[in-house]
Amino acid sequence: MKLTVWTYEGPPHVGAMRVATAMKDLHFVLHAPQGDTYADLLFTMIERRDHRPPVTYTTFQARDLGSDTAGLFKASCMDAVERFEPKAIIVGSSCTAELIQDDPAGLAETMGLTIPVIPLELPSYSRKENFGADETFYQIVRHLAQPQDRTAQISCNILGPTALGFRNRDDVVEMKTLLAEMGVAVNVVAPLNATPDDVARMPAAHFNVLLYPETGEAAARWLEKNHDQPFTKVVPIGVGATRDFIAEVAAITGLPCALDESRLRLPWWSKSVDSTYLTGKRVFIFGDGTHVAAHARIARDEMGFEVVGIGCYNREMARPVRALAKEYGVEALISDDYLEVEETIEALAPEMILGTQMERHIGKRLGIPCAVISAPVHVQDYPARFSPQVGFEGANVIFDTLVHPLVMGLEEHLLTMFRDDFEFHDAAGPSHHGGHSPLPTEDVSGGSLEDQIKPELPQDGNVIWLMDAEKELKKIPFFVRGKAKRNTETYAQEKGLGEISLDTLYEAKAHYAR
Amino acid sequence: MNDLSPPQGGGCRNAPVLKERGQREVFCGLTGIIWLHRKMQDAFFLVVGSRTCAHLLQSAAGVMIFAEPRFGTAILEETDLAGMADAHKELDREVARLLARRPDIRQLFLVGSCPSEVIKIDLARAAERLTQIHAPHVRVLNYSGSGIETTFTQGEDACLASMVPVLKDTQARELMLVGALPDVVEDQMVSLLSAMGVDNIRLLPARRIDDTTAIGPNTVFALTQPFLGDTHAELVRRGARHIAAPFPLGEEGTTAWLAAIAQEFGVSKETFDTVTAAPRARARKAIAQASEALQGKSIFFFPDSQLEIPLARFLTRECGMTALEVGSPYIHDAVHGPDLDLLAAGPQISEGQDVDLQLDRARAARADLTVCGLGLANPLEAEGLTTKWAIELVFTPIHFYEQAGDLASLFARPIRRKAALRLEAAE
Ligand code: SF4
Ligand code: SF4
Repeated sequence: MKLTVWTYEGPPHVGAMRVATAMKDLHFVLHAPQGDTYADLLFTMIERRDHRPPVTYTTFQARDLGSDTAGLFKASCMDAVERFEPKAIIVGSSCTAELIQDDPAGLAETMGLTIPVIPLELPSYSRKENFGADETFYQIVRHLAQPQDRTAQISCNILGPTALGFRNRDDVVEMKTLLAEMGVAVNVVAPLNATPDDVARMPAAHFNVLLYPETGEAAARWLEKNHDQPFTKVVPIGVGATRDFIAEVAAITGLPCALDESRLRLPWWSKSVDSTYLTGKRVFIFGDGTHVAAHARIARDEMGFEVVGIGCYNREMARPVRALAKEYGVEALISDDYLEVEETIEALAPEMILGTQMERHIGKRLGIPCAVISAPVHVQDYPARFSPQVGFEGANVIFDTLVHPLVMGLEEHLLTMFRDDFEFHDAAGPSHHGGHSPLPTEDVSGGSLEDQIKPELPQDGNVIWLMDAEKELKKIPFFVRGKAKRNTETYAQEKGLGEISLDTLYEAKAHYAR
Repeated sequence: MNDLSPPQGGGCRNAPVLKERGQREVFCGLTGIIWLHRKMQDAFFLVVGSRTCAHLLQSAAGVMIFAEPRFGTAILEETDLAGMADAHKELDREVARLLARRPDIRQLFLVGSCPSEVIKIDLARAAERLTQIHAPHVRVLNYSGSGIETTFTQGEDACLASMVPVLKDTQARELMLVGALPDVVEDQMVSLLSAMGVDNIRLLPARRIDDTTAIGPNTVFALTQPFLGDTHAELVRRGARHIAAPFPLGEEGTTAWLAAIAQEFGVSKETFDTVTAAPRARARKAIAQASEALQGKSIFFFPDSQLEIPLARFLTRECGMTALEVGSPYIHDAVHGPDLDLLAAGPQISEGQDVDLQLDRARAARADLTVCGLGLANPLEAEGLTTKWAIELVFTPIHFYEQAGDLASLFARPIRRKAALRLEAAE
């Protein structure tokens, strides 16, 4: 038993829904109580889908439990097949149905349906949403893919995009452009917009592009083993990763490594002098393993940030993220406990967070700007405009995303210069933000800036902030205050000082000047 | 208008009800926690359930409540499913940890879910045990919000019903007002009644445990929400008497509801009129303005909160709409009867749901406004229908005179929006 307030991932059957909802001509019959239908709104509201997810919930009630939930399942299954005329169905149990052990798979098999019936094992009490999506897609591929000849032209499948994914819709478009520029045809994209017939054709491709390991890796591995299709290991998010990806595809296909970088703007945007202020910004990165790994590289190598911590909520990615953390010389936080993530961020006091919608809230509370780089996301993270993450256009989009929450170049200096100006002060937030800026004075917890700072001060070990120094610290703009405070305390501790005076503050500043 | 007489051709109380039992597209009772935990400021709601339950609570709110919410889910894991004894020990541990961290919590609700009920974790026993451990500082109660037992607002019903048996006894003649309302609305309600000389008012739920209400044979009670059937039964069991009335939605409903109480307490007609005249006039004016877009329009209700029948009554009698179908998850005659009496015969009244069949009917009816859950709204909009999300109706102050205009606006807005947008390509 574990007490949870907010979760990064839903249960595994929600992952199965992400696959089913992404596909066409496929229906999901889910043995579940009525309340589980809430999951429809994730798709219709958050992602603004204009169709109901193709899911029939059996919605059994207490009074059915003693009698015939299995009969209810069969009747629902039959109704769904008649009404929606899918080309294949997937069947599974939600957490409650798992406990009553009706065996939807066995039941569906006895019904004599003429379409393929794909049973799912979705262990609700040990696994989560990403597992559910990965497993479901794998089972669909395993059941439907047919052995066949390769296409004449070199072609690939794109694996992993689902409904409710982070920017999946646009990533697929950008990925297709990238592949077209290299002369690679796209055989099938799946699950997004694929039909069961498309899935049957997947073995015709020469190789697979594994766009999202979280949701496509099991299928990719199975196709490699059974249909001899190699799959790409690099996820092309960021400039370096995109170049590596192109090289990887060239190696797999033997095609020339043609790089058309005419659309790529990130490098110059990053080199141009206005971006100098980005140098060494301390960022904390949290999300799914794939996006975190990509963003760690972008942050350090392409934006010139300092990565002060990384982590992921999906345990499946714990190993690669730990290895990466070692390479970056930081601690890896592998946790789906929102409070633990918050504590870590508070302790590290980064100047910016790259995270999920959860970290956006943490950022709001702590007064730290946050850019969203990974699922889970909310309705505002499904923009109307084209905004991919992968490929060269993705890199451009990411540059804008990471810069947006920050106070820009000269503005930062002006804030420092006029830090006592009652109108032009840091708590007003970046001037290009209007009402949505992080406002530490009006944060969700309702505490004033004053309250936030005070309790922080004496807590750290045995170092005490003297009045003058504390006052001076408050004058430092909020986006660098965390760093200043930490640096000063570290400096004081190293020097064996018990108190921090105004002088200590400036000595530390000089010590850390770069 | 507003003579509160039943409609000419008779009301809907004896109209045939279409009862359906098929796939339902509704939330489970856990959802009520989202407003209940705001209402009871010293209460914590601990769901004993699965990751699905936690995900529902997170998703149904639409926005996340980040000033550390007073609810959480004790997620059952594989180890808990193995043996019962474990689950109780684990629960004790989690509760102890929680209460240590939140000394402001005075009442704890253990909320049952489908998984906890299927594996038969006895939360009543757990609540008794935990009350003993944590008394007197914390009172622990339990109720079911599970999807196999409760539909959406029935979660509040189950919660309030669980509070009735522990109310103290009294012989006093008191008025108990039952149902969670936003504080501002509650204050309006109480001040209207006080102005009529009706004092000795008790509220269920009270804002804090210290205001605890008592009950006895001289208690009369009025419901402010139409989904409180079980609470109604529990109160009657304790000897209290129900004042049946239409629900205080809209000017007419509010007047009828207040009038029923006034009559019970022998308030004179003059006093009643003096107190209500001004807010009634305001409400009428506000409704007249807000309902312009609604006049002559048709409406179709999917079942959701059990507010459907009183709302249909308001929209047809005060806003000039025509109801085509009024679906409610459950219909209790003792609770919904007075509103059904006033709702003119004509609409199909339906109870329960078979969502695909009902969607077929909604598509055939093509009402000017379709009231439905969040899962159906965008798909129906994409088919050209205009929709109103039902959940907004339980998250927004809509009761009593001062909110009557807002209530009409909630329904008018989608229709006004549709008229305002010019997005079709030129022919
Ligand atoms: S329907 Fe049951 S399992 Fe689903 S969220 Fe509600 S209580 Fe939990
Ligand atoms: S960011 Fe806003 S929209 Fe997203 S979960 Fe939080 S409150 Fe909801």
